[in-house]
Amino acid sequence: MNVIKAEGLTRVFTGRPDRKNRLRRSRHVAVDHLDLSVEAGESVGYIGANGAGKSTTIKMLVGILVPTSGAVTTVGLHPLKQRRALARRIGVVFGQRSQLWWDLPVRESFSILSAIHGLSAADERTRTAELVDMLEMGEFLATPVRQLSLGQRMRAEVTAALLHRPELLILDEPTIGLDVLSKQRLREFLVTQRREHGTTLLLTTHDMGDVERLCDRILVVDHGRLAFDGTLDGLARTVGARRELVVDLATATGDLVDLDGAEHVRSESDGLRQRLAFDPQRTTAARVLAAVSERAEVLDLSITEPDIEDVVREIYRATRR
Amino acid sequence: MRQLPSPSRNPYWRFLVAGFRGQSAYPLATLAGLVANATFGLLKGGIMGAAVESSGGELAGYSAATMAAFVWLGQGMLGSVNFWGGSDLQTRIKSGDVAVDFLRPVSVQAANVLTDVGKGLFALLPRGLPSVVIGVLVSSMALPPDAAAYGLGLLSLLIGITVSHATVYAVATSGFWLVETRGISVLYMAVSGFFAGLFTPIYLFPDWLLTLALLTPFPSMMQFPIDVISGQVTGAGAAQHLGVQLVWLAVVLAVGHLTTRAGRRRLEVQGG
Repeated sequence: MNVIKAEGLTRVFTGRPDRKNRLRRSRHVAVDHLDLSVEAGESVGYIGANGAGKSTTIKMLVGILVPTSGAVTTVGLHPLKQRRALARRIGVVFGQRSQLWWDLPVRESFSILSAIHGLSAADERTRTAELVDMLEMGEFLATPVRQLSLGQRMRAEVTAALLHRPELLILDEPTIGLDVLSKQRLREFLVTQRREHGTTLLLTTHDMGDVERLCDRILVVDHGRLAFDGTLDGLARTVGARRELVVDLATATGDLVDLDGAEHVRSESDGLRQRLAFDPQRTTAARVLAAVSERAEVLDLSITEPDIEDVVREIYRATRR
Repeated sequence: MRQLPSPSRNPYWRFLVAGFRGQSAYPLATLAGLVANATFGLLKGGIMGAAVESSGGELAGYSAATMAAFVWLGQGMLGSVNFWGGSDLQTRIKSGDVAVDFLRPVSVQAANVLTDVGKGLFALLPRGLPSVVIGVLVSSMALPPDAAAYGLGLLSLLIGITVSHATVYAVATSGFWLVETRGISVLYMAVSGFFAGLFTPIYLFPDWLLTLALLTPFPSMMQFPIDVISGQVTGAGAAQHLGVQLVWLAVVLAVGHLTTRAGRRRLEVQGG
């Protein structure tokens, strides 16, 4: 079953009339004849540069923005005409907006949302307890939302979107601003939710880690059109999503070229620090490190992941050619 | 006997309670509001009392006691009705947070209006009651003559608070078209209080101005509830007041409903 189906989806924003020529208005095509279908149970990462049309698409999918033309159904419903029916079956988290009651304790927000979604008192108790346990929210359930840390609030936001067990969970920048640990905890939770409830996931993000750990399908949008639709492997093959191993060595060493599976990028401080790129699909960081250790003593190391911006830029370059 | 469903399962009841409880989070602001109410109440009471006295103890149907009731009941209602024209919806449209409201399977209008009514009802406790107590202590303020006046008065007060917030909601929906609606709020602030009887009873207005006031929902927000609570209007007159209030409630709710429906299609949620 198609959870999301968009055909020729287009949204044009028109600006204010020009000062000199009243008939002329600026036009911006945010989403341009987008065709999209997402099957039940898929986990889709929707990525693209700022202004590429990600948020505009999502707003049309959930019925808070009217398409200029084209058609869209979400869980088989018309997002504008069947707003309330749709709201019962999807969950949405906007990383930059809150669906919680600012002045009330977290627990109270969950309870109001349960009533909004028509959960019985017993169901509210079990579902809330389940989510509170999984996301470790027990210690701040009685805290007013305005006093939560960002990490705590995001956990509460995700819970708020999942109380009614939606078929489709849409996450718009869910990990923005979170520290590494909070990100990891949230990702693990989402993976579990998906496995246990078969929830379909659609998320936009600027974080490659989100995409790698959560998504089995990736859509790259550019100027409102799809520039890539495929798996993470396919994306890596297209743009070479390589990682970089940075090693600090005990002594000044010549450039570490001809390492098995890794490519020397550059050396700093007379070879005390060297950067090596490798493809995680073909080798592992451990193997590269072992190869380096044979030639020099490693004092410290770090691994940098490719920026989603770089991946997107590569895709754009590949498709605009 | 069939068990009645618990109100806690009703989302609209929960919005009302959320507004009520949310407001209780700001005790200092509430106290400041009370002090302001009381100060202006003393000022207004002095001026209006002098006006009654100088017209020989009776002015447009008001005695010194009923005029004091007009002043202090009005001051008591100030925290519960909205004469400044701004609202949460107004800010939420501007920030785009209104998107969250539309992603809930409930009426956006009912959710917003009931939350505001909940806030208004809370304000009756720390601001409404103390204002009346101050009024009783510092003036010869007339109190409701009988139980019926209390009952009808409270009902009229409740409708008045709801008319006020439903009207402000309808005004805020203009944001779907304009985004920036501070100008409209300022206009609302200038007009609403004046016609609602915030400064003087509307019955002191010249006939044409009184007629104009009665063609707006504003007297239903404050003047009419005060008339009924203070016993200035009783019996059939009180019933008529309540009837007019209910008509206005229906009108402003209908307008807000239509503007929400039309405005939703215009909505361009700002930002990511």
